[in-house]
Amino acid sequence: MTVPQMLITIGAAAAATIATRALPYLAFREGRTPDVVRYLGRVLPGAVFALLVVYCLRNVDIAAGGGIPEAVGVLVAGGLYLWRRSMLVSIFAATAVYMVLVNAVF
Amino acid sequence: MRAAALRAAFPLTLPILAGFMFLGITCGIYAESLGLPWWVPTLMATAIFAGSAEFVVASMLTGAFDPVQTFITVFVINARHLFYGVTMLDRLPRRGRLRPYLIFGMCDETFSITCSHRAPEGVDEGWFMFFVALLNQLYWICGCTLGSIFGNLVAAEVAGVDFAMTALFVVIFLDQWLADRVHAGAAAGAVASIGALALFGPDSFIIPAMVAILVLLIAARPGVERRLGSDADGTASPKDGAPAPEGASVRGTAGSGEGDRP
Repeated sequence: MTVPQMLITIGAAAAATIATRALPYLAFREGRTPDVVRYLGRVLPGAVFALLVVYCLRNVDIAAGGGIPEAVGVLVAGGLYLWRRSMLVSIFAATAVYMVLVNAVF
Repeated sequence: MRAAALRAAFPLTLPILAGFMFLGITCGIYAESLGLPWWVPTLMATAIFAGSAEFVVASMLTGAFDPVQTFITVFVINARHLFYGVTMLDRLPRRGRLRPYLIFGMCDETFSITCSHRAPEGVDEGWFMFFVALLNQLYWICGCTLGSIFGNLVAAEVAGVDFAMTALFVVIFLDQWLADRVHAGAAAGAVASIGALALFGPDSFIIPAMVAILVLLIAARPGVERRLGSDADGTASPKDGAPAPEGASVRGTAGSGEGDRP
């Protein structure tokens, strides 16, 4: 591709991303949000975070025996959070454990 | 005012700093390995700001020129952001100069933090969200640029730093679970995502998962709203008494939004 073609391609990708982020605000203007959408706004966060966790782990191949470092990391993050209620402690400890597992053990 | 918002936002973005530097450097190295000019990752991080889409666009830049195909592909990859907008409809500042950037900068990680954390007492909510979004994007631009420029010099790449992102989402999922008294969203999300992943595989499960989440939640709406309705009157949060991380108040999104509209 030439440089102008690259710029147009990146521009198309930027426009598509902005569309996914801005469409709800354009579709549901202030004061005219349908009840079902407001209901979804209240219940979607739990669903979205479940989706994001699965999305992060989507390439783990359990059938091939993978996933042990990921499972340990998730348990460390979750367990520490229930215990200490500190986001940073949980994330850094889980990442450190995971890094040791993938680099030194598995 | 702004300094306080920045101070409140910065500690919450530290996990993103770790994750984005690593993923950004990876993205930059990848683009460099495809033979793209050094400024491509920097421009993509600035103008697109959506990690997984940028990897795909980088590979498209080496192929035939087809911006319509690029638009459709990126729209599908980023379709999950439609959910973020629906969730944040009542949370973003209604007007003002921060609003356009907050809509533009609402990537997965910025959504996660701004959805699950309120600005601390006395800190402006709009500026708090703005600094979360801005810091995250700066980390991403720095990572992508470093990877692109120094990619061929980085010999020892440490595997696993990107797990910070997974751990972040696990913790926020748990936090949301503890704050919600009705777990319909989490249940629908888990069932739909795992089911769609099993059926459609890792490369194309997001859209089916989103459709399944909508179907499940709309089907369950009468029962869920009955239980949400009885919760909405109570102002007490189930998290009262739990130490909030880094001084920012953590709150559940479900049950909020009531009464802040005429």
